[in-house]
Order: sequence, then structure tokens, then C-alpha cells
Amino acid sequence: MDLNYSPEETAFRDEVRAWIGANLAADVRDKVLNYRELSKDDLLGWHKKLATKGWVAPGWPKEWGGTDWTVVQRYIFEEECGAAGCPPIVPFGVRMCAPVLLRFGTDAQKQRFLPRMYNGEDFWVQGYSEPGAGSDLASLKTRAVRDGDHYVVTGQKIWTTLGHYGDWIFCLVRTDPKTEKRQDGISFLLIDMTTPGITVRPIVLLDQSREVNEVFFDEVRVPAENLVHEENKGWTVAKFLLGYERMGTGNIAVSKRELARVKELAARAGLRDDPRFADRLTRVEVELMALEITNLRFLDQLRGGRPPGAEVSLLKIKGTEIQQALTELMLQTAGPLAQAFRPLEARAGFDAFTASLMPRYCNVRKATIYAGSNEIQRNIIAKATLGL
Amino acid sequence: MNFEYSDEQRLLSETLRKFLNTGYGFDARAKITATPAGFSEDVWAALAEMGILGVPFDEKFGGFGGTTVDMMVVMEALGEALVVEPYLATVGLGGRFVARGGTAPQQARILPALIAGKTKMAFAQTEPEARYDLARVATRATPSGDGWVLEGDKRAVLHGGCADLLVVSARTAGGDGDARGISLFLVERGAAGLAIDDARTLDNLRVADVRLSGVRVGRDALLGAEGGGLPLIEEVVDYATALVCAEAVGAIKYAHDATLDYLKTRRQFGVPIGSFQALQHRMVDVLIAYEQARSIATLACVKVDTADAAERRRVVSAAKVKIADAARHVSQEAVQLHGGMGMTEELKISHTFRRLTTIAQAFGDADHHLARFAAARASA
Repeated sequence: MDLNYSPEETAFRDEVRAWIGANLAADVRDKVLNYRELSKDDLLGWHKKLATKGWVAPGWPKEWGGTDWTVVQRYIFEEECGAAGCPPIVPFGVRMCAPVLLRFGTDAQKQRFLPRMYNGEDFWVQGYSEPGAGSDLASLKTRAVRDGDHYVVTGQKIWTTLGHYGDWIFCLVRTDPKTEKRQDGISFLLIDMTTPGITVRPIVLLDQSREVNEVFFDEVRVPAENLVHEENKGWTVAKFLLGYERMGTGNIAVSKRELARVKELAARAGLRDDPRFADRLTRVEVELMALEITNLRFLDQLRGGRPPGAEVSLLKIKGTEIQQALTELMLQTAGPLAQAFRPLEARAGFDAFTASLMPRYCNVRKATIYAGSNEIQRNIIAKATLGL
Repeated sequence: MNFEYSDEQRLLSETLRKFLNTGYGFDARAKITATPAGFSEDVWAALAEMGILGVPFDEKFGGFGGTTVDMMVVMEALGEALVVEPYLATVGLGGRFVARGGTAPQQARILPALIAGKTKMAFAQTEPEARYDLARVATRATPSGDGWVLEGDKRAVLHGGCADLLVVSARTAGGDGDARGISLFLVERGAAGLAIDDARTLDNLRVADVRLSGVRVGRDALLGAEGGGLPLIEEVVDYATALVCAEAVGAIKYAHDATLDYLKTRRQFGVPIGSFQALQHRMVDVLIAYEQARSIATLACVKVDTADAAERRRVVSAAKVKIADAARHVSQEAVQLHGGMGMTEELKISHTFRRLTTIAQAFGDADHHLARFAAARASA
């Protein structure tokens, strides 16, 4: 047992840190650190820089651009990105759709989609949830009817994160409505969002942000070659992908950065010696210290090549609880000024950062709901780990 | 960076667990705790025989020269089996004081006998008004002839009743609460003026009230620097705290495993009660608490030997906060999910509840370590 980095690992950390320092644009970093909205260009711009460096998809097989890093190197990379305030790598392409194509796609599909995905030429989004199919995903109703060389897709997706930036969307659709088991009769389709018949409508969230959307499909014609895996076997693909969706949701590096921020704000607000605030802060800090080790312990177990199991559900539950607790502590540091909201940010006493704390608090309520609500995660652990 | 136990650590764990599984089952333990001494000399001799008493000590004394991670392996196994023998008091406290603060002759005299199972030790520190404040030492050591005379009252001395040798903190200068002026003395069991009153704790361990009335000790009884004992006390208590955190991880693991097993086998309404979602989610939270407790105890054991005292305080207090919280949470859930059976003396789960409850209070409760962590943060 050794918690220190080896000389090689330290050298790697220095290399990553130096590269980020030289390549992360100050205005983008500023947006990240101050919780401002990132444009499609901000996100893809960072993605392309990483792609040029060869670091955008560490987990892919080497032949497709993976880095062949050790688990510790991957951890160091995430740690450095989080600490520096790098934009997130939008997960829907490289971290979600790509593993599906690598596992289930035809050679032609891999050749067509993976290089563009890697280079950030298309913005990918996810079409899973529907108004009647959230946690109970298998009850989805969006229909895809085969018509010659095409599927004709009609229906609605919801909660499509960054759908308004989307160039392509991967969707679960129902190709056979008559099966006995609802999990049968579902297929996995890749859909070009410029195809006629697609409408994207924003859903305004409780922080008044535009982040998620409804996506409507009205007789959208999708070439049959965009079917991944067999027709009616989409549930296998969906289950495979869910494991990847939950990976990396511990958000530990970002939470460490936010924790440092809370301490800074608390010191400025004169809360450093307030025992009630200190106790709350300490419990969150201790939980995060433990989660960092838990994460490393799990990564260490994956070193032998074992695929991630329900452990990632644990990271998701704890990681999101910590994220939410940190946003609450931040609100507390602002006291009465935490009431400020975006329209007021120009007014005296309401600086832009303070005005971002309340919307951020509101926004992060999503963390325990998305990517499989924390209650669903508990169901997964109960079944997969505990055998209940 | 790696998190694997070495082959030696795995072997150590297997050897100890094999012994405890065969010789230290629930019934065997119940017989031991019912004896007047409250522990077994045979078990103690077996631990010595296996080398368990020598794990952290230098090879030149007959020890294993192990790290605190090796000790973590031992403490986890002892925690899982709810071992009542005075291991923590002897090896984690007394022996550690000698190893860290003793002169070469003191080490040569004490450590080989300790490792061989012939000397048991305890640390007499806590005083009636002191709570967890290690500087609250009112016991006095007054120079007399070629030594000192000790006068004072110590409370809740872990395994003080069976100790052959006590490490006693006493003031050679300053007043109660002062950081300077505390010294440490080795006091033998038979010393004139020493009264030891043994009592059983809730978890079937033993603690003693120790009264020192004109106890005479010689020059060679002084352990460490005269008047400069507090840093050593803090260091050793942090070490023992890290170890008790590891012990708690073992007990929490037992509580987790036994409760999960009960959810799978206990049937009501025609089905195992583990099929109810309300219970499943509570069980998942127990699992999460266990994993988090294991992580923070690991961190404490890896870092407790650091020369940076502020970092050591920070990490050990973080661990004890989490362990105290997890000990309460898991032990309460284990009893609740066992229903009425969890309340009975018959099941090991209720004894695990007792041990975890006292661990939460020992070496500083959650509130104490929250304050200590915050102080370490403020000075960083």
C-alpha cells in the first residue's frame, strides 16, 4: 500500500499541468470557475485541443486514439483538469456512444463515426428519457417503423442535455410494440439532427437556465444503416451503456476545487471561526477525503482489467451528495446576498459571482436525479452488490 | 500509488483470522468475558506465539518491524471478532510509548518481554475533569531523593487492571491545562501507594480507576523528556486512534455482513425481508458507510507516521469523525434491521453494537475531532 506518486507519475502530473496551463484559454477557464454558461464553441474548442494532443479519449483502444494510460494516470489527468477549471469533455460522444460503437458497431459504423467523434466534428447528445419513461426507461414509446432502407421515427424525447447544441443524437426507439416483455422490441439508432421532422424545444429549469430540452420526432427518416446492434436488441446496448454513463460521476476533482472555494469564501465572510459552519464544512470535507480514497481503491481493483460494477453507483451517490452540500455551504457564505439572481448582478452589492451562487445551488439539485437517480443507484447496488 | 496488501500482509491476515475463526467464536468469547479477569491468558499467549504482539516493533527486540498498515490488518481482524484482550492498550499505547519515547535500556528491558506476552501495559492519562483534553493533567510528580513521588487520580484506564506496567502522565511543572510541564513515568503494578480498581465496560472490555498516593519512582522511570511529554502523548494517542479506527472497520464489516445475511434469511409476509425496498436502501447506506469508513481508516493508518504533526492531526481527526459517525449509524441500523433479535444478548450483533458505541466515544468523540480538525485547518 502506497499513497504516493512514483517519480514517473509525478512527471506525468507535471506534464499534464504544464500542458493545461499553456492551452486552457483564460476566458473559458473564467466561465468554468464562475459557473457561467459554456457555448458550443467553448466545449468543442476544448475538445479539439485535447484531440490534437491525443488526450480526448483516454479510455478508447489505442488503435482508435486511446492513450493506454494506467488507472493512476487517468486519475491524475482528471484531477488536474478539475483543479485547473477545464471545461468538461461532453460525455455523450466519446464516453457513451463510442464504447457502444466499439462493442456493438459494424466496421463501417466505427470508421464513419469514431474519428469524427474523436476530433469533435459533431456534437453528440443522448435520446433516452421520454415523458412517460424516466427511471422506468423500458416503457419508452418513440416508434421506429421500417420503410425500405429507412426507419421512420415518431415520438418525443425529454431532458436532452445540451440538445440545442446537438448535431447527432443516439436514441432508444421501439421497433416492435407487440412484444411480451417491454425490454424486447427496443432498438438503438443514430440520428442526424438536421434531418427534417426534428424539433428541439428548451425546458427552462428552476435556475432559469437552458440546459435540457424536449426533442420531437415527426416522421423522421433515418437510414437503416444507422441501426447499432440488431433490431429489437437495443436493451442490451442500453444496459451496457448505463455502466459507462455512471462512470466518472464522482466528480471528485471538481468537488475538491469547490471545497477550496468554499473555504476561501468562508474566510472572507468571517465564518472561519463559526463552529456551526465549521462542523458542517468539516463533515463534507471528511466525506470527500474518504471518497477520494474509495475512488482510488475502486480504480485499483480495475487495474486487473475487471469492468466496473455497482461500485460506480456508490461513487455517484456520494459524489453528488457532496456536490450538493458544497453548493449549500457556498450559499451560506453569501448570507443575505445569496438572494441575488442573474438580473440583479449589475447592481451594487451583488457582484456577478455572488449572483451565480443561488442559480448554481438550484441547478445542482439535478445531480441526484440525472444519470440514474440516486434511488435507482441504490436499487442497483442492492441487486448487484448485495444480492437482495 | 497502489492499494493492495502485500503478500506478507495477506499472510498475516489469514493466520490471525484462521486462529480467531477456530478459537475465538462467539461462545468462546462469552466464556472469556465471564471470567473474573475478563480476558484469556491462553489467547494472549497464542497471540504472542503467532508474533501478533510484535508486529510494529523493531526486529532487534523480536518484533516484525511492521508498518501501521500491517497493524491495520491486525486491528481489522480483532475488530471483526470483538477480541477483548488488551492488545490496543499494550501494543498500541504502552508499547508505542516505549518504542517512540523510551531510552535504549528501557526498550531493551520492556519490549522483548511485551512481545513475548510476559508484560501487559496500559496508559493512565484521563482525569476526572479532563474529558478528551490531553493537556488536562493535574496528577503531580514531585522530586524526591533520586526520583519522584506521584500523587493523583486517573479514570477509565483501558485495561489498567491487568497491566504489569503503566505509563502514567503527571505534572513536573505548570498547572492543569498547561501544554508544558507534563512528564511520563513507568509505574509497575506492585508499586506501593498504587490502587487499581477494575471495572467492566459495556462492550466487555475492562477499564480501571487508578489512584496514585505517594507512589515512589526512580530516575529510570521517566519516559521521554521531563516536562515535554505532551507532544509524545499526542503522537501516541493519534496512533492508537488510527488503530481503533481500523478496529472499528472490522466491527462495521461484521455488522454489515450479519445484517445482510439476516435480510436474506428472515422471512415475513412469505418473502425474505430483504426484498423490501425500504430495507434495501437502508442496507445500501450501511454498505456505503462501511466503504467510506474503510477508506478514511486506511488514510489515517498510512499517514499517522508522518513527521508533520499538523498533517497527522488533520488526518487522524478526519478519520475519527467519520468512524464515530459510521459506528453510530451502522450499529443502530444493524440493530433496527435485525428487529427484536438485534436487541438481545444472544446475538453477536448486539455485542458489536456495544463495541461500536464505545469506540465512537473513545479517543475523542465526533464533536471533539470536528473541533480539532477545524483548528488544524485554521492553522494550515
